[in-house]
Amino acid sequence: MKSTLTIARRELAGYFATPLAYVFIIVYLFLTGIFTFYVGNFFARGEADLVPFFTFHPWLYLFLIPAIAMRLWAEERKAGTIELLLTLPVPLWAAILGKFLAAWAFTAIALVLTAPMWITVNYLGAPDNGVILAGYIGSFLMAGAYLAVGSCVSAMTRNQVVAFVLTVVVLFLFTASGAPMVLDAFSGWAPQAIVDTVASFSFLTHFDGLVTGVIEVKDIVFFASLIVAALAANAIVIDMKKAS
Amino acid sequence: MIETTAASMSEPPMIQIVDLVKRFGPFTAVDGVGFSVFRGEVLGFLGPNGAGKSTTMKMAAGFLTPTAGRVAIAGHDVEAAPLEAKRALGYLPEGAPAYGDMTTRSFLEFLGRVRQLDKATARRRFDQVVTEIALEGVLDQPIDTLSKGFKRRVGLAGAILHDPPCLILDEPTDGLDPNQKHEVRNLIRRMAPSKAIVVSTHILEEVEAVCSRAVIIDRGRVVADGTPQDLMAHSPFHNAVRLSLLNAVPDLASRLADVAGVARVFVPEGGRPGRDFLVLPRHAGATILEGVAMRLRQTGIAIETMTVDSGRLDDVFRNLTTSDAARETRAPQNRTAETRP
Repeated sequence: MKSTLTIARRELAGYFATPLAYVFIIVYLFLTGIFTFYVGNFFARGEADLVPFFTFHPWLYLFLIPAIAMRLWAEERKAGTIELLLTLPVPLWAAILGKFLAAWAFTAIALVLTAPMWITVNYLGAPDNGVILAGYIGSFLMAGAYLAVGSCVSAMTRNQVVAFVLTVVVLFLFTASGAPMVLDAFSGWAPQAIVDTVASFSFLTHFDGLVTGVIEVKDIVFFASLIVAALAANAIVIDMKKAS
Repeated sequence: MIETTAASMSEPPMIQIVDLVKRFGPFTAVDGVGFSVFRGEVLGFLGPNGAGKSTTMKMAAGFLTPTAGRVAIAGHDVEAAPLEAKRALGYLPEGAPAYGDMTTRSFLEFLGRVRQLDKATARRRFDQVVTEIALEGVLDQPIDTLSKGFKRRVGLAGAILHDPPCLILDEPTDGLDPNQKHEVRNLIRRMAPSKAIVVSTHILEEVEAVCSRAVIIDRGRVVADGTPQDLMAHSPFHNAVRLSLLNAVPDLASRLADVAGVARVFVPEGGRPGRDFLVLPRHAGATILEGVAMRLRQTGIAIETMTVDSGRLDDVFRNLTTSDAARETRAPQNRTAETRP
């Protein structure tokens, strides 16, 4: 556990050693602002909540999270430091978890920096802060699931651009699997159970509940098990590369 | 060498590599490599580029999984007990990779923490290693901004930080200037008595300078295993006599032709005709010095200098790694030589 934290600390410092962290945070704050106030009609709705803010998170994360996750393993491979990391007396899971936690902590920092949004809505009206907290928790969990998938994809290649594009594609399938255009492709021929299963894999389905303040165990379990599964797949990918 | 044999009697090998095989698809990179390294030994691991040196070392360090065979570091099987094996090993990967965005200081501190050295030990080893490898000047520079030589030394510092009993160093002196090379060789020599060290290199003088034993591999197989002196004995120049005469004797060749064991007399490259000669023995290693000296004395030829060549490692290296005949005849020989207790 101690080595996990040591690796996580190093990784997190690594984000801030390059302009990537600052560029990411600025772009993130800028885009959440645009989506909330212009696309989401924050003011015109006349309601004191952050629904327009959270609604766009799955689509924003679709492109921003792969940008954080792409470097996790691809860069280690490219720089050769993966050889250093994997020959340290650290279990593989600890290295994977450490790197993942660093990336997740980084998204947490970005999320915390959106606090002015929360202050604004409290200044303008009297929102249900419990619902807003649920939204933040949901957004954070969803970011973790996106990151875990991105970490796994990043372990497959030494090219960060390839990692980014592949992650966007995979995440798009996950995000959009609840959207009508995907479900229609199945509903014509597949039994309803399969259509429901496909829909249940959607980030949107599970995130929407949290945004409206309904913290359901099944949604949390969905995101948590997705993180665990993706990180386990991450370990398998690294092990397979070792043996190939 | 005497210490080595003494150690090998009483202790199990610190690094033990047994019949290691690595295939990448249809390509066999490492094909049954095996050797053991005991405490006090510095093993020079030689071979042409692509012979499988780095692949063997990557498997020994637990970075690649072998297709077959096994590696034990300080008695711990690298596949079955990876953490124990890795704890006992200091490994410098090919190219000495390090986290470029970190400073030398933070990189070494990171390694100390990951290896869970206690605070006092970490402090002491940090100071020791920094002094030993002369990193004082670059402690607070990001590794990315360092010269190639300093990067290599930072990597080396990371490999020995935890004072491991086993060291595997993949080309530790590559990219260093002659002074730095000298420093690193001295460092290896200083560490040698208490450790088992494997050093890969393609600088043959380095083997003579620091190694108590050399293993040469070619196309994934061990083609020679012995002390540098043993290997040099295979050189056609081993025990050749190098002569400089005071006065020119153009027909020296015919005068020495019937001396027992002499194969050939010729003027070496860059030698003065009639005055400098190289006398080759008929069988590699046969002693001809005495016969040659006696004949010269008898015939009244005045000698300026006369030395016995110990042979050249690079000749041996070339012979072993380029001719197919050598590969066929030597490999089985060395199989038996390897199976020492």
